[in-house]
Amino acid sequence: MGKLKTFTRRAFIVSSVAVTGGVAFGAYLMARTPDNPLAESPGALNPWVVINTDGITLVAPRAEMGQGVMTTLAALIAEELDVALEAVNVIHGPPAQAYFNSAAVAERHYSESQHQPSGFGAIMAQAFPKVISLQITGGSTSAIDAYSRMRLAGASARATLLQAAANQLGTGLDVLKTENGHVIAPDGTRIRYADLASAAADLEPAQAPRLKSPAEWRYIGKSQPRKDQAPKATGTAGFGIDVRLPGMRFASVRMTPRLGGEMISFDASNAETMDGVEKILNLGDGVAVVASNTWLAIEAVNAIDITWGKAPYPHENADIFEKISEAFDTDPNVTLREDGELATAPTSFEAEYRVPYLAHATMEPMNSTAVITDGTLEIWSPNQAPIMVRDRCAKLAGIDSDKVTVHTPFMGGGYGRRAMVDFAEIATRVAVQMPGIPVQTTWSREEDMRHDFYRPGAIARMRGHVEDGKITTLDGQMAAPSIMAQTMKLFTGFDLAPADPTLTEGAHDQPYAIPNHRVRGHSSDVAIPVGFWRSVGNSQNAFFYDSFVDELAHEASVDPLEFRLRHMRGEHAPSATVLETVRDMSGWTGKTPDGVGRGVAFCFSFGTAVAEVVEVQQDADGVIRLSDMWIAADLGLILDPLNVEAQLTGGAVFGLSAAIHGEITFADGMAEQENFPDYDALRMASTPRFHVELLQNMERMGGVGEPGTPPAAPALANALFDLTGQRARQLPLGSQFSFLT
Amino acid sequence: MPTTLTINGTSHQVDLPGNVPLLWVLRDALGLTGTKYGCGVAACGACTVQINGEATRSCQVLLEDVDGPVTTIEGLGTPDNLAAIQKAWVANQVAQCGYCQSGQIMQAASLLAEIPDPSDEEIDEAMAGNLCRCGTYPRIRAAIHDAANMIKTGA
Ligand code: FES
Ligand code: FES
Repeated sequence: MGKLKTFTRRAFIVSSVAVTGGVAFGAYLMARTPDNPLAESPGALNPWVVINTDGITLVAPRAEMGQGVMTTLAALIAEELDVALEAVNVIHGPPAQAYFNSAAVAERHYSESQHQPSGFGAIMAQAFPKVISLQITGGSTSAIDAYSRMRLAGASARATLLQAAANQLGTGLDVLKTENGHVIAPDGTRIRYADLASAAADLEPAQAPRLKSPAEWRYIGKSQPRKDQAPKATGTAGFGIDVRLPGMRFASVRMTPRLGGEMISFDASNAETMDGVEKILNLGDGVAVVASNTWLAIEAVNAIDITWGKAPYPHENADIFEKISEAFDTDPNVTLREDGELATAPTSFEAEYRVPYLAHATMEPMNSTAVITDGTLEIWSPNQAPIMVRDRCAKLAGIDSDKVTVHTPFMGGGYGRRAMVDFAEIATRVAVQMPGIPVQTTWSREEDMRHDFYRPGAIARMRGHVEDGKITTLDGQMAAPSIMAQTMKLFTGFDLAPADPTLTEGAHDQPYAIPNHRVRGHSSDVAIPVGFWRSVGNSQNAFFYDSFVDELAHEASVDPLEFRLRHMRGEHAPSATVLETVRDMSGWTGKTPDGVGRGVAFCFSFGTAVAEVVEVQQDADGVIRLSDMWIAADLGLILDPLNVEAQLTGGAVFGLSAAIHGEITFADGMAEQENFPDYDALRMASTPRFHVELLQNMERMGGVGEPGTPPAAPALANALFDLTGQRARQLPLGSQFSFLT
Repeated sequence: MPTTLTINGTSHQVDLPGNVPLLWVLRDALGLTGTKYGCGVAACGACTVQINGEATRSCQVLLEDVDGPVTTIEGLGTPDNLAAIQKAWVANQVAQCGYCQSGQIMQAASLLAEIPDPSDEEIDEAMAGNLCRCGTYPRIRAAIHDAANMIKTGA
């Protein structure tokens, strides 16, 4: 590690020029740059921008999992570097401190002045990314994190290239211009950036480069052709599961389905005799089969007779929810909203809501490919957190982190699942037992669905009161297993009980002015692994909170959209404008003909205000179809409108899919659902027509990957109420209503 | 005994037991990884290829049962030489994660071969078995309509 710390920018440029396909090697070296080089040397030919004779490469700090980040980040660099977007190649960055996600735990409340994070929360927000090296693609943060850093990186590189040209030509900077990857001399001579890069690398990088004003933007704010489209339309985009190496073997695993439990014994005699099975590996808490192809590995591992020990949580679903509800009797873990006098505030209406555990069900099942050779580990892992992959797999292989090379191929969906690294760890454990041989470990869909870090099951108890058409009391309590507590334990080994804002996010942070307003979160200690599911706590809390607001609107006999606006206008004008926009787009009148229902919902999450209206139609046989969905969103700043639209509608489909179909239940300690037939999602015919409008009234830029998800479930449930008069207080809706599939 | 398969116009010898599903023959024996594994139980369509021009779930067809030439996504076109349907996919920026799209495109290509100008209902029906967890359905639909036009006008 010592010699690598002395790596200079010059060494980097030279290396990347010297090697064929130089960028890959360049990226490899950059993993060894000192911490956060941008802080010390902002810009020139830095960990993000590589210029050599091969062209211009952006080493992306975030990974592409469908959110279009490759293209958005490249556009930010291209904008300030003054090159054509097509000229920027993009590769996924290796694990490196330089690729911290500075936005990962940032508090993004609708109001700057109110509801600051609690003391501990504030510390966490500062410390968390650095403490555990959060190079994370998630939390709808990619574009926010990149907006400043990528532009600065591009601008600094450009300024330094200009300086190199000035030195070479013996002119002042003021007479030089740049255009499309060239510096233009006063006499019109064009010098390619590539021909200046080496000289530029010897210069002190520009410290405070001028950033373009929005009026000068050529790419930002406009839809760009996504760089990953042609590979993805031709089957040539390399996903993790597509890695093929010389001599590679294929493996599949079965880990204990009683998550966190033991494996007591196994009998592999049936699998051993299968033609093409090469090895059966005892992993301690599961088994792996190495074979000549993946199908055979899956068949063989399923043929092994295994006795599993008990799970460290109640084995039956009813008992799990019983345990979650017991958390209501404990002190709140967080009280992030407490306005007015709750003790004396009147209550006239109460309701209890419930949501199930949910799986991520990414289209590409979990997998990684690993090889251990001479004390080094090379791993290809479609992951959202490469530093964690590096460090945790190093430990399992018994080597230092600097002996690990992590490649991040395309991800066939992430949605938060690949922020955990268990699939990389298991592949490493398989590789450890197969030294010198590259092994791809692929989970069957069944294994994938039964070994998730699930969206926790949760229960909400709400009470409220309305007077003169407005809410005077809204008091919500949410009980759920704490994602933060489990994640901290997993990543740090410490059994802490951190304040977990995800218990109530989507409820405590909504822009409604209500005099007596309190939201408390209760942490339940159920050991089923839970994690970050697209929009995290907002995914359930928006359903609880917004459904309850809808119920109060009906209690008050006020149109539900107008009712929301009454509480929002004075509290947060941009959010109110979002609601008004969705009202106008959908031609909302508050009245629907027989056989048609409409529901509205709102959620402010990840710094973005989103309102959604769903229309449902019921045919003569009683079958309900989602006909249309209107989405209005204010993101503050829109980098790429077409991509934002894709993310919002995709997020809504994800939310609707879960609302109708999604449910992981447990029996005998094991998840009962294991494949798409019992964990389905919207299909072409069941997906509504979308109508999207984007606003930019907010001052700060919000996220886009997740905020489309939270309002989907309550908007649909509210529409079903409008259609049928039946209030759904529990998800999934498919078990209570008959939908078109 | 090796089995002979014709894939994308090329003949391949495959030395695998006859009960291995075509999906895994393509992916693990022949390195044609454009065809994807999603469920293994005919529930997602990620593995869709064409056999004798007909869209088929390759996870359900055993090697010994392949009874005609196979076309996979690699056989339609390449990034430098896109087929019309792939051009429509790119122009509409359909893919998000992209994992399901090989299967979507192979299914849609079969549909267009059968019905050159499909209605929304016909598209719904043909595409019902193809899951997209990223929710790209609206753009898939738009791309199919565009592809139909492109093929019709020879664009
Ligand atoms: S893998 Fe064949 S249909 Fe899902
Ligand atoms: S694009 Fe991701 S599953 Fe379809």
